[in-house]
Amino acid sequence: MKCRICRQGAVIEVRRHNAAFCRSHFVEHIHRQVERTIHDHGMFSPTDRLLLGVSGGKDSLALWAILTTLGYAVDGVYLHLGIGDYSSESLELTQRFAEGRGLTLRVVDLPEEQGFGVPEAARAGRRSPCSACGLSKRYLLNKAADDLGYDVLVMGHNLDDEAATLFANVLGWQTEYLARQRPVLPATEGGLARKVKPLIRVAERETAAYAILQGIDYEVEECPMAGGNTINRYKKWLDTLEEESPGLKTRFLTGFFERGQASFATMAPPELRSCEVCGQPTTGEVCAFCHLRRVTLEIVAR
Amino acid sequence: MKVILRQPRREVEVNGVNSVRKLLDRMGIVGESVLVIRGDELLTPDAVLKEEDVVELRPVISGG
Repeated sequence: MKCRICRQGAVIEVRRHNAAFCRSHFVEHIHRQVERTIHDHGMFSPTDRLLLGVSGGKDSLALWAILTTLGYAVDGVYLHLGIGDYSSESLELTQRFAEGRGLTLRVVDLPEEQGFGVPEAARAGRRSPCSACGLSKRYLLNKAADDLGYDVLVMGHNLDDEAATLFANVLGWQTEYLARQRPVLPATEGGLARKVKPLIRVAERETAAYAILQGIDYEVEECPMAGGNTINRYKKWLDTLEEESPGLKTRFLTGFFERGQASFATMAPPELRSCEVCGQPTTGEVCAFCHLRRVTLEIVAR
Repeated sequence: MKVILRQPRREVEVNGVNSVRKLLDRMGIVGESVLVIRGDELLTPDAVLKEEDVVELRPVISGG
């Protein structure tokens, strides 16, 4: 296969663009896709204080490298979720990445700061591990951006993540979630940080390829608690459809953003108030995270 | 050739295939779901493989 641009040997085929690229033109292609996404959705400007959620995986580390190359100053925040060796290894990979590039990394240690990790929360609550983890991550990332005074919370969700989430939300007709699934979620007066997803045009396969081609050492193994995860199952189904019909995932997601999402966004957003325990935004009296913490700590103490 | 699989990491021996496309077909793996790596290079589906090659099939879904 030849690179679409220079006709040299290609290193990756991107079937949905009906193209193949050599290393340097693929890297350029990815930078262009991300820059376009930031621009088209008015995500942020070079003067904004940006905080990126980093996990040690390919998406967040690749995005950190891409944004830095594009000239944005971005700090990272790693959430140590207490998932044994997996969390420690991921932290080590993230620290090595940040140190090697002279980037600022902040670490929030869930067990140290709150007295429990995701495994304990999953056992204590009636939630799946991924649900307890997602809830904890959303809470801790928003709190970190709020406490540390950042303007924008940047997330590494890629095209596949968003397409699989959309698929799940449509299968269950989760209209409240569909109303909130957007490339940019504006900040709210109640204390939710502005949240943006610059990788929504880049497929999971492409962020992995970018990381490998740029020599980024990332966590290749799956989270040991994510076995049977619904979103990963939907991703595999979508990949099977994509294999038969290249571009399907992009059409599904961009079609939703351009034509479908507005119908759901007209629903009035839930009213937010301050959690009575921690002060973070919530729809009830006590936020879901504080409830999870109370239940988990009770069980841990037994 | 030696084929390295991940999640978890393990190795299998595959013989009698001479291209990436044929290797994926033999293993029953959807091309969209993996990257094929030899040394420090990524391989496209038409890349020629030799019996002495060591090839990694790295799932693109990882992390959490």
